[in-house]
Amino acid sequence: MPAFAAEPADAARLVPWLEVHSENFLSAGGPRRGMLARIASRYPISCHGVGLSLGSADGIDEDHLTRLAALFDWVKPALVSEHLAWSVADGAYLNDLLPLPYTAETLEVLTRNIDRAQTKFGRKLLVENPSAYLSFADSTLTEPDFLNALVERTGCGLLLDLNNIYVTCTNTGGEPHAYVDAIDASAVGEIHLAGHSSRGAGDDRVLVDTHSTIVCDDVWALYRHALTRTGPQPTLIEWDLEVPDIPVLLAEAARAEGLRRAA
Amino acid sequence: MLRDLQRTFRAAVMGQSDDALASHVRAPCGALAARIDVYRTTVQESLADVLATAFPVAQRIVGAAFFRRLAGAFTAAHPPQVPQLSAYGDALPDFISAFAPARDVPYLSDVARLEWARSESYFAADAAHLDPATLQTLAPEDLDTLEFRLHPATRIVPAAFPILTIWEVNQPEVMDVPAVDMSIAQRVLVTRQNDVVPMREIGVGDMAFVTALAAGSGLADAADMAMAVDADFNLQTTLQDHFLGGTFAAFSPRR
Repeated sequence: MPAFAAEPADAARLVPWLEVHSENFLSAGGPRRGMLARIASRYPISCHGVGLSLGSADGIDEDHLTRLAALFDWVKPALVSEHLAWSVADGAYLNDLLPLPYTAETLEVLTRNIDRAQTKFGRKLLVENPSAYLSFADSTLTEPDFLNALVERTGCGLLLDLNNIYVTCTNTGGEPHAYVDAIDASAVGEIHLAGHSSRGAGDDRVLVDTHSTIVCDDVWALYRHALTRTGPQPTLIEWDLEVPDIPVLLAEAARAEGLRRAA
Repeated sequence: MLRDLQRTFRAAVMGQSDDALASHVRAPCGALAARIDVYRTTVQESLADVLATAFPVAQRIVGAAFFRRLAGAFTAAHPPQVPQLSAYGDALPDFISAFAPARDVPYLSDVARLEWARSESYFAADAAHLDPATLQTLAPEDLDTLEFRLHPATRIVPAAFPILTIWEVNQPEVMDVPAVDMSIAQRVLVTRQNDVVPMREIGVGDMAFVTALAAGSGLADAADMAMAVDADFNLQTTLQDHFLGGTFAAFSPRR
């Protein structure tokens, strides 16, 4: 972020659009919102939420919906997205994208919450597949089937995070290409790519979605495969820990753009 | 039920045992604890990072390890109530006052109060600062009853300790922290100008003056209140300092 803030003029020539975390820009005022106003005047913006907690059995918070709606009225984002996850229980916000059992009950909860959000915002929400470190014994649906059911029930779109698919399949079982093949490709409106890191060894080895490094070869291969099904979709490189110098980031974005245009 | 599962999950990631969650979860044999721990670490570390970002001087004073303990105790007792991290931490100064392990650092909660005021100021609403030139358009008889409105980013932090000096000597570029005379009380005025958050010490009279203006007193009444606590209060120079420093947002003649 600091690199972008310092060099918007250079980046403008090389980057077609930018994505921000909606919740970072909900203050009353201040320099951060000033920066968003400046970049929103030069680039199309995607507002990517991390705090709506679409999977909360308690429902979603009306005040938060109102704050987000005001942000979208101000920024006029090209895309608005959130996660298939939860982060609020009994009023406490846990600042992580926590996993859900894929059951009929969860489908009801997500359908209700997505309907409410889309009604409040007056626009379509893209729902992103999360990265998972475990799964639930109660699940009766696969994640792609669950996402497809949400599309059918709410009219939402999908934000396909290919690194998350790779991380989830590695951690909980599943084959990434088969996952992509099972997704309703016509609903995909955006793609995320990112780097992950590995913790532990043997049975304890787990891939963690850290957004702290380059995209791995397997995920690039998955991207090429996904594009054959979805067609060219707006694609974001997510990198928000150990952020490198801007040329490294731009090279990753250029590689994605090259593949996207060829699709 | 999903609600019960989420309560159980919340308890586990906020530090309680995994036992209640384990029966719901599938993970590779023997890896269950490590998998739940990925979430637990993210939740606890990310919230501690948020607090460390908002309270860097408090962290430097007590050290990173102690600050992590403090942050862990705070987040368990006061998890964020809204998914907006720039608003998280307002209750930390009071929590520090009651945090027994921090008793040896009696000024820590006041320093944290100053840091929170800085954070609030940074994220406060935008507004134009008062341009003193506009005062010249007023009739002299209107001056006494002028009402000043504080800029939304202006805060006053009174303390029984020299919090501004402590803050200054605990900046990252200061390698050797000098001894500070802890018997000095400081009142600090915080505001935001040109995207930064300048601070300066103000006297008791000035504090009474700004506090009175903030409460809606006119200029003459506020100056009287300042004079009552500080015989040396000088309205002219005080106002100049405030105009220069961006304390006020606007003024209006009293009707």
